[in-house]
Amino acid sequence: MLTTLFICLVAVAAAGYFFGQRKARGLAASQNTRLHSLPGYHGAYVAFWVGLPSLVLVLFWLLFQDAVVEGLVVSAIPSEITQGMSGNRIDLLVSEIKSVAAGRIFVEPQPYVLEAAAHYNILNNTAEKAMLVVVLALAVLGLGYARRNLSADFRARQKVGLTMDGLMILCSVIAIVTTLGIIASLLFEAIRFFEKVPVGEFFFGLSWEPQIAIRADQVAGTGAFGAVPVFTGTLLIAAIAMAVAIPIGLFSAIYLTEYAGDRFRSVIKPVLEMLAGVPTVVYGFFAVLTVAPALREAGAAIGLDVAPNSALAAGAVMGIMIIPFISSLSDDAITAVPRAMRDGSYAMGATKAETIIRVLLPAALPGIVGGILLAVSRAIGETMIVVMAAGLIAKLTANPLDAVTTVTVQIVTLLIGDTEFDNPKTLAAFALGLVLFVATLLLNIVALRVVQKYRERYE
Amino acid sequence: MTTGAAPASFVSDAALKRLQKRKAADQRLKYYGLGAIGIALLLLATLVTSLIITGHTAFLQTHVTYPVYLDPAKIDAQDPSKGNYRSIVRDSFTALFPEVTAVREKRALTDILTSAAPYILRDEVVDDPELIGQTIDFTVPVSDPFDQFMKGNIKRETPEDDRRVSDQEIAWVDQLVAEGRLSKPFNIGLLTNADSRFPEMAGLAGAITGSFFALLVCFLISFPTGIAAAVYLEEFAPKNKFTDLIEVNINNLAAVPSVVFGLLGLAVFLGTFGLPRSAPLVGGMTLALMTLPTIIITTRASLKAVPPSIREAALGIGASKHQVMMHHVVPLAMPGILTGTIIGLAQALGETAPLLLIGMNAFITSPPGGILDPSTALPTQIFIWADSPERGFVSRTSAAILVLLGFLVAMNAIAIYLRRRFERRW
Repeated sequence: MLTTLFICLVAVAAAGYFFGQRKARGLAASQNTRLHSLPGYHGAYVAFWVGLPSLVLVLFWLLFQDAVVEGLVVSAIPSEITQGMSGNRIDLLVSEIKSVAAGRIFVEPQPYVLEAAAHYNILNNTAEKAMLVVVLALAVLGLGYARRNLSADFRARQKVGLTMDGLMILCSVIAIVTTLGIIASLLFEAIRFFEKVPVGEFFFGLSWEPQIAIRADQVAGTGAFGAVPVFTGTLLIAAIAMAVAIPIGLFSAIYLTEYAGDRFRSVIKPVLEMLAGVPTVVYGFFAVLTVAPALREAGAAIGLDVAPNSALAAGAVMGIMIIPFISSLSDDAITAVPRAMRDGSYAMGATKAETIIRVLLPAALPGIVGGILLAVSRAIGETMIVVMAAGLIAKLTANPLDAVTTVTVQIVTLLIGDTEFDNPKTLAAFALGLVLFVATLLLNIVALRVVQKYRERYE
Repeated sequence: MTTGAAPASFVSDAALKRLQKRKAADQRLKYYGLGAIGIALLLLATLVTSLIITGHTAFLQTHVTYPVYLDPAKIDAQDPSKGNYRSIVRDSFTALFPEVTAVREKRALTDILTSAAPYILRDEVVDDPELIGQTIDFTVPVSDPFDQFMKGNIKRETPEDDRRVSDQEIAWVDQLVAEGRLSKPFNIGLLTNADSRFPEMAGLAGAITGSFFALLVCFLISFPTGIAAAVYLEEFAPKNKFTDLIEVNINNLAAVPSVVFGLLGLAVFLGTFGLPRSAPLVGGMTLALMTLPTIIITTRASLKAVPPSIREAALGIGASKHQVMMHHVVPLAMPGILTGTIIGLAQALGETAPLLLIGMNAFITSPPGGILDPSTALPTQIFIWADSPERGFVSRTSAAILVLLGFLVAMNAIAIYLRRRFERRW
């Protein structure tokens, strides 16, 4: 249905283009004057008038059709049934009506549900037909209006240019809209969370047990939302990851920039970067399948008790993922140190190692630190590795052999499955998301500042 | 004034020793560097080999072939989809082992076949109702424990209590092997079946279609908008606070954790707009928002690489600014733009966390028919299988990862080819 509509729209717009072009040529020939704009621009002008308003209408229609149809269906249900129902009950009823309307019938539904489902189908059907008619009518109207405007000295090129500018600005603004969307949705849900759980408890509480009862008769904890153990767990795993990634990444970068020959470098660098291209779900599986059992056996061999989902396994694998990140950013920082500093050091008789440690690394330090900060922000935002390999229980510990949980693990586990938006358990995920977003944003801003300051010194 | 002999201190033993020490330190740093690269490569190799070792067996699947008599009494000739296929499958199979008579043993014997065998037979008969009344050679996958046994993952030497296949069952399998009824062809089902609770029937068709639809949506949204935004920011935008804000935003979006985009998709696309859960449309829209910064950044880089002389020449002969863009600069930058887009899409293909939050990790047994049907995607399918306890799913997870990595390698290879083939150096 929708596909047909879009094909129709494209066809009408294309027709508009050719009409406009032909009319412009006709105008030029009949009045024996030169056109102000090329015929193609006249065509494009008509096509814009045909396509754009109808496209906008379709999008709005699709956005609101469901809500309107639902409202009509619910209001048509006899009021003695809907009376006294809470918002949730009505939502449930609506989804039952929808699944019955789609033919997914599991238990024999109530007669009024069947009736409502039939009503729903009829309304939807009408709405779709109505949309087709209205949209096509609007397209034809646009066609007529635009064609009437065409004349030999019509400034079609400027109009088309303005429209294109507008469209391009609209596309650029999507970035801002996305950021605003993120902030708004996180803030909105987080504020609702903090209405139920005090801010102080969330940021300073030491106990995290979000598994609270959804139904009254369920056996579950009373719920505790002190996020400190979650934050410490995140930091512990990120620290382990950095302990793995920084030495390996930094030494690789030093070797590749200063010691390796061109051919070695051109082969090894892309291979190292392949580590960054591996999807994180693959690392997660690698951690569960290979690294965690290996660490457990190694621990058992020397008499240590390693948890099956230890922070060490998750952190180490995350470190592997971050190696190329550190190595390529340090690589850039070291390469950017001016040639003269290197030559000066060699001229004084320093060896390569002395030049690297005493001259290049101090000079490149801001760039390297910036890179490390970016890597930390990646580590605390990384999700799949920890979801698969780290623990679910929040434990306040600094022991890397123990299981800890992280912010991202909690977000995913709290939101997987059925979600209800008025439950503190679900809303807690958004509060954690807000913390994560702010933390990574700050890290990125600081990192970019550090890197920029350093660039200014040499350019 | 003294001439000739150099000051002896330069070649004194102490100085030579110092020099040696300094050179040794130099060598040490070099070896640390080599060691670090070696460790990184070793880790990559371990990752790939462990996946290949566990995953390669899933590309083969043990099948059993045996004669089945399609008893017309048990099948409705008018409507072949109705029939007692369960008993047909069971009776023909137990007929191979006349010595087995006890009901319980017969049931154990039938467990060698996949539980989906009756449905497979039904589909074959529905496709060709002529078969009713004939005896056909019926080939089905064996169930997971026996598949693992045939692949050597369950060892005969293990004490009987510790393995999932009993001695009696091994004897039956040995008899089937002796009769030449077992074969291990390439596991086409891995690519053509959708998900299933039984490892021997589970395949990636649903996940691949779902990923395809999601990437299609992602491409249709992010490619045009990304190019338009990049062209505007690079070529038309005035330098002011507003455009600075846009640029800062794009750079920050590129570093926002993917799970946060999942939260956005959940709250806005599912919550506010009420789009269906688990649909590739929502997945694709979320991925598009993540891919957009990548496409904008690479497109701007390729636009920058087109030399100003091209623009000046076109402007000089009277082209408008838009014509310069549409006719000259963007086409010249296209190879770079396409390369960046493919790399962005490859990242999107491997992205898992946002898809989990919008519910693309459901258990769905048929491939999606469109962008609004519930579906999984390749990475979320990997996540689902990795969580499944059955032994057969371990090797299937690795196999699914190998398929995913195959797609990624192919996409990156195309990107590299495009860059090599069409990139111009000015």
